[in-house]
Amino acid sequence: MATVALRKLTKRYGPIDVVRGIDLDIADREFIALVGPSGCGKSTTLRMIAGLEDISDGEVLIGGEVVNDLPPRARNISMVFQSYALYPHMSVRENMGFSLTIAKRPKEEIARRVAEAAAILHLEPLLDRRPSQLSGGQRQRVAMGRAIVRQPEVFLFDEPLSNLDAKLRNEMRTEIKKLHAKVQATVIYVTHDQIEAMTLADRIVIMRDGHIEQVGTPDDAFRRPATRFVAGFIGSPPMNLVEASIADGEIVFDSGDRLPIPAPYGKSVKAGQRIVFGLRPDDLYPSGHGLNTGHADNVHERSLKVNLTEPLGNETLVFLDFAGRDWVSRMLSPRPLAIGASIPMTFDLSHAHLFDNATGAALAREEA
Amino acid sequence: MDKNRASRRWKSLAHLGRFVALTLAMAFICLPGAWIVISAMRPTVEIMAKPPVWIPHELSFQAFISMFGVIGQGGVPVFAYFRNSLIISVTSTVIAIGIGMSGGYAFARFRFRGKSAMFLGLMLTRTVPGIALSLPLFIIYARLGILDTHFALILTYVALNVPFTIWLIDGFFRQVPKDLAEAAQIDGCTRWQAFWRVEFPLAGPGIASSGIFAFLTSWNEFALASQITRSVASKTLPVGLLDYTSEFTIDWRGMCALAVIMIAPALTLTFIIQKHLVSGLTSGAVKG
Repeated sequence: MATVALRKLTKRYGPIDVVRGIDLDIADREFIALVGPSGCGKSTTLRMIAGLEDISDGEVLIGGEVVNDLPPRARNISMVFQSYALYPHMSVRENMGFSLTIAKRPKEEIARRVAEAAAILHLEPLLDRRPSQLSGGQRQRVAMGRAIVRQPEVFLFDEPLSNLDAKLRNEMRTEIKKLHAKVQATVIYVTHDQIEAMTLADRIVIMRDGHIEQVGTPDDAFRRPATRFVAGFIGSPPMNLVEASIADGEIVFDSGDRLPIPAPYGKSVKAGQRIVFGLRPDDLYPSGHGLNTGHADNVHERSLKVNLTEPLGNETLVFLDFAGRDWVSRMLSPRPLAIGASIPMTFDLSHAHLFDNATGAALAREEA
Repeated sequence: MDKNRASRRWKSLAHLGRFVALTLAMAFICLPGAWIVISAMRPTVEIMAKPPVWIPHELSFQAFISMFGVIGQGGVPVFAYFRNSLIISVTSTVIAIGIGMSGGYAFARFRFRGKSAMFLGLMLTRTVPGIALSLPLFIIYARLGILDTHFALILTYVALNVPFTIWLIDGFFRQVPKDLAEAAQIDGCTRWQAFWRVEFPLAGPGIASSGIFAFLTSWNEFALASQITRSVASKTLPVGLLDYTSEFTIDWRGMCALAVIMIAPALTLTFIIQKHLVSGLTSGAVKG
């Protein structure tokens, strides 16, 4: 098992920097998710770790050794591709055993290790089929089986679930989590789906435009987003983010609407500063229908007009008019709401986030 | 119910129509070939008869027998021609496929300067009519002293076939997803092993069909071969057909008999390889 470290890792295609000098330390047996919108450089980073892409600058270390110039086969890694990349001219058994065949392992050992992996992934009945005879979910499992058989130090996953339908994706997500618990290897998992990242990873790395925006536990990224981008990217539905100014000891939106400055930010804002005010849908709710109804000192109530509702059964998403735009709120134990009616809404400001408008960085927070 | 019956009747009529149309088309396509085989076995009088005699009155293998007989009495050095044809076609095909595979792979997988210009250049060579090359080739080969050798024809056919094999094989390698070679490299293959164990088997059927194409081009080529070859040392079968023409007469029966000898191996080869030309071999590699 092995640690992975990236030192000022850079990838250039001509004049374009796709990955801009990123630093990252991944602990042994850690599950790390690289997440970000398409084109943020996450897949390129993974491919540089795998050795499928040349490194323009910086270093990749696996198990403490620089592997920059080692071919993929010498890095002791396995990779699961988005497209699965199963060898169509081989049976499932041959696909899974291919790495061992190449390594010229004895036949009995290959058979044993393929059988072990097949048992973990429930692939036994499919071993003699060709990839073309398998469903999407089965192909996905074979691709994982092929990775397991190799017993690598590091598993690399490149958006492994994005070709599956929603139901299957949830099932496979659970399987991957179980798998990690079983095989105890370091995992680097690339995805654009923040839910996959949040549910699977020990730590998530949020990337944008070739650099890292934040590294932290899913809880960190959700509760303490380091930048405006992370705040908007993590969480579903996304955080309400609205530009505003600080004036008269209050937050003044461009529409003229006002909110009190949240208590944790009392000391970090200056009069006249341009900020972005962020509030998660969970922290804006029809009064009496939220999670945190306790601390009355940080809540603010006002009446807002309902534009649209999206009932989800156990909760309803309510879209409201405030400060000149739509805000999303999450209503727990929902009751029917009339469109166009004004209802009392609670702003839980103890969970609000303020970001500098120019840099996008989170402002310093004083925890109570 | 009536609608169903009408529709059913219409369907079977359409089926019959398709059958008749296809039979006619096949008859039309096969007629020249069949005519050669029949003409090889009937007397010259019947071949030249006007109006044509459709059903042969008598069939004999006389032409085949005398073909292998004494030269000058209807005999032709069939074995020598056959050997020349085989050596030249097989060698030039193997070389053209080798170069075509390397070139096609490079065009399909690598990015390099001037790629599209080079590709276009290769295609443009195909726009020159082969016969236009015969005089320049003749002069060059004469100066080099390689007229009437296997080497001269092999060189010519390789040059003729390479652009086409590169173009075809490029297409087949493009159909093999890049991910597969990458997966193979992660599984422990060298770049070379990944090619031979994964990409080559998947592009195999395509490469085989380019091979057939190159072989048939060389096997059937007449215009250039008739200029470059002089004697039994290098004459190929198509050029050998000319042995049946003399100053005032043409032995159509003998010529057809030799043509049958020429068609047979090409047909056999195509049948053998055709079995392996299974399309859609890459299905199931990627995506769900």
